[in-house]
Amino acid sequence: MLKTPAPLVTLDQAGIHRAGRWLVRGVSLAVEPGEIVTLIGPNGSGKSTTARMALGVLAPDEGHAGRRDGLTIGYVPQKVTVDWTLPLDVARFMRLTGKASSADVDQAMSATGVAHLAQAEMRTLSGGEFQRVLLARAIARKPDLLVLDEPVQGVDFSGEVALYELIGKVREELHCGVLLVSHDLHVVMAATDRVICLNGHVCCSGTPTAVASSPEYTALFGARATAALAVYQHRHDHTHLPDGRVQHADGSVTDHCHPGDGHHTHDDHGGHDRHDHSHDDAEDRRAG
Amino acid sequence: MLDDFFLRALTAGIGVALVAGPLGCFIVWRRLAYFGDTLSHAALLGIALALLLQLDVTLGVFAVSALVAMALVVLQRRVKVSGDALLGLLSHSSLAIGLVVLAFMSWVRVDLMGFLFGDILAVSTRDIAIIWLGGAAVLGMLAAIWRPLFAATVSAELAHAEDMKPERANLIFMLLMAATIAIAMKIVGVLLITAMLIIPAATARRFSSGPEQMALLAAGIGVAAVVAGLFGSLQWDTPSGPSIVVAAFVFFLAAISPLAGSLGRRASVATDGRG
Repeated sequence: MLKTPAPLVTLDQAGIHRAGRWLVRGVSLAVEPGEIVTLIGPNGSGKSTTARMALGVLAPDEGHAGRRDGLTIGYVPQKVTVDWTLPLDVARFMRLTGKASSADVDQAMSATGVAHLAQAEMRTLSGGEFQRVLLARAIARKPDLLVLDEPVQGVDFSGEVALYELIGKVREELHCGVLLVSHDLHVVMAATDRVICLNGHVCCSGTPTAVASSPEYTALFGARATAALAVYQHRHDHTHLPDGRVQHADGSVTDHCHPGDGHHTHDDHGGHDRHDHSHDDAEDRRAG
Repeated sequence: MLDDFFLRALTAGIGVALVAGPLGCFIVWRRLAYFGDTLSHAALLGIALALLLQLDVTLGVFAVSALVAMALVVLQRRVKVSGDALLGLLSHSSLAIGLVVLAFMSWVRVDLMGFLFGDILAVSTRDIAIIWLGGAAVLGMLAAIWRPLFAATVSAELAHAEDMKPERANLIFMLLMAATIAIAMKIVGVLLITAMLIIPAATARRFSSGPEQMALLAAGIGVAAVVAGLFGSLQWDTPSGPSIVVAAFVFFLAAISPLAGSLGRRASVATDGRG
């Protein structure tokens, strides 16, 4: 490893001004190799805009954005639509911006659970499948920096947890930096090193615990979100597997997780609140 | 027996079809049909200016089309007029200006119908050389920018973020379109060039499972349309340019008919109805 690694990407007091208003302003952040930085914030708080500045897709109207030279970036945009006139199957899409090796492509597709879709047309994928393919494509590039804008939108809940775990694993394997945009606060926070809470400006930032206990965060998201996060803190004693079963900290696998089954270090967590809450989020997103 | 002029026409027409197919795919994918129309209508202005300044007509058409393409890119970024209104405005204005300028130049006798609808039966050996050399250059450039251009077609943002330099690919693509219009003008005329670009590509869509395959197929379908159209034109004494376009359209109809369904890999694809 490098002795003093320069950050992969830095924003310094950067802002974007459009049609007479600042979409986001005064954002400073840095993503180091091997670090997961998460941008959270309500709709319209400038999360995607900030990510686009970091990528170089948008040039800041004030401040500065810098990226390390020769950086390989893997990007999962918030929205990609494949026009029906485009004959494009998943295998071709995986090689959209570069010649990834077959081994890397196969491995990434297996990891995100879409290996069986290689010959499927992109247009025919469901929302969740599409997101998995987008993520697989970004990972197959073996990037130095992964930028993920709401990467698990439309993915079912157990898949969501699995994909966030995969992102953590990819970070370990490639030692890449990850800039994650999300509003799934309670799930996202687990693997994150640093959280930046945006609301047109940086409202607060720091470790997940520090952000969650800050008054700005509570003011922005309300006490419910704070509670959801606090609950999460003592909840990572089990893992939701892709097939819906649950693996517990003691290594056992059960069909469900419920308090009092002896697999949990804490028995006070009211197992299904989180599921309900998550589905609410997903529906809000589709509606909006 | 086939006459010399007819063989020349076939050679020229096939050359144009080979270039128009792959390029036309991008026009279909990017929904640039109207954009192509605007550029080809501007070609008439190019012809008028070339005659006025006594320059090579192909060169004049390329220059004017390229200029209009650049102007459109800048205007669409700056001016808050809807894209299709701007295109419609420029498309017909440039066609009208071209017609007016040509009418003013009473000292040059021009075959206006030839420019509007093509005069494939009058192509010279020099025209053929321009078509094949120019066409090879266009296809070579298109192959060189294929990956970034296709990536930008799927998602400009993704292409930009992953360092595919989509602006450069887009700029080159505009120039390639202008060049294609310049070399195709003689064959089908300024009013029908867009048809040569989009009809073979739209026909190929139903039978394609990948972009590269669709490009090759479009080239092949274009060649078939040229051959069928020219023989039809010879047989029934119809104008050559429109005959080629009619032949291409017949292929398109055949491709979307239920009969072709068994050939199409995914029958639902072409029946969405837009083209």
